[in-house]
Amino acid sequence: MQLLVYLPLLIPALAAVAARPLAARLEPREATWLLTVATVVLAGCSTAALALLVASAAARVPVLAELGHYSQPVLRRGDPTSAVTGAVAALVLTGAALAVAITFRCRARALAESYRRAARLHDDGGVVVVPGPAIEAYALPGSPGRIVISGRLFQSLDEAARAALLAHERAHLAGRHHLFTTVAYLASAANPVLLPLARAVDYTVERWADEHAARVTGDRRLVAATIGQVAMLATPARRPAAAALGIVSAYSRRAPARSRRISVAWAGPVPRRVAALLAPPPRTRTLLLALAVLVLLVAGVSALQAAWDLHALLKLADGTH
Amino acid sequence: MHDDGLQPALGESLGASRRPAGALEAEVLAVLRAAGMPLSPGQVRERLAAREQGELSYSTVVTIVSRLHAKGLLARERSGRGFVYTPLDAASLAAGRMSRALDTGADHRAVLSRFVSGLSGRDARLLRRLLVDDGQEQDGG
Repeated sequence: MQLLVYLPLLIPALAAVAARPLAARLEPREATWLLTVATVVLAGCSTAALALLVASAAARVPVLAELGHYSQPVLRRGDPTSAVTGAVAALVLTGAALAVAITFRCRARALAESYRRAARLHDDGGVVVVPGPAIEAYALPGSPGRIVISGRLFQSLDEAARAALLAHERAHLAGRHHLFTTVAYLASAANPVLLPLARAVDYTVERWADEHAARVTGDRRLVAATIGQVAMLATPARRPAAAALGIVSAYSRRAPARSRRISVAWAGPVPRRVAALLAPPPRTRTLLLALAVLVLLVAGVSALQAAWDLHALLKLADGTH
Repeated sequence: MHDDGLQPALGESLGASRRPAGALEAEVLAVLRAAGMPLSPGQVRERLAAREQGELSYSTVVTIVSRLHAKGLLARERSGRGFVYTPLDAASLAAGRMSRALDTGADHRAVLSRFVSGLSGRDARLLRRLLVDDGQEQDGG
């Protein structure tokens, strides 16, 4: 068990580094599923590994060894997990359990509040236009879910842009994307190393909705331009707002005279989404997916193997006395 | 608004002015809407007094805002040891305030999904380069 138990603790670190490149390369729906499942599997594996460390160290505590009739010399020979390691693992495990409980409570309350708000709002044609000077548009999970747009934003967009925005938000509600992000963040509460994966799910869920809107409207550039327009409106203007609007709406829907490779690798989500929409639709990358699933299997299998090893050792120690 | 059994308890603490519970709730909502920011029950009480609507006891105000919160007309956030309240009926709601009310807890990835998240200066410049034609790019970015 000795080395094997540390593998499920190292693989999450590998996954954390790979999260953002994977999110950029994979088709958004597949990426979302992969990353969400990955956070759950890896969080489960690392939690199991910690539990195994605690169990193997605990089995050698004299009182417990007596209770379980375990032979200490056999245990010590078979698995030299020190008491210190066991204690540290126990602490980390407790912290993880607390973190998950707190995150669950926060999320559950936010979701309940969202459902309550959604129930109280009445929409005409699927959109709630809320008067106010803010520039905001979002999907509110509920039964039914609501799409909320602030009045000022609604008036600033023309019909085509509104269609793009609505298609995007409807994709969030229909696809229940909030479930993916919630699960991912819950899992990363159990293992904070996995946080980059949860953030990557935030991004792929937006890309998923973007691609859906692009298919529905039939115009990738329109969706890209709408994102750009809303982003500019929502940001404090560095030049007069009217000029910014004029430039974006007048020019952004035409293809540029010459195409340039603009690197957005280290940019925030908004430029990356726009760049992805200005590029051709993403394809399924079977090889990459298979590789990622393989790594997850390795993590799962090594956790299982480590558990089996400990079980075998305890059985062995039980026979002797 | 309707009276539903709160009136007798309120009546005791109202002092000079006796009004049905529904009217009190409407005044509290009006104070909160006019404020444009979250208020604690103490602050609501002060503003009610400033409006010369008679003296309400602190516990009365707390009761009213709790009932409004239970009815789903107010959002509530922790502030120090107590709460602050924001109006939540669709008629007076600004989208910004609603999303603040839903961001419960330290985890700001709340369940609602915004169309566009924050944009840094660098991102804004990148965006212009991506969407605006080279030849027609305006100066000043």
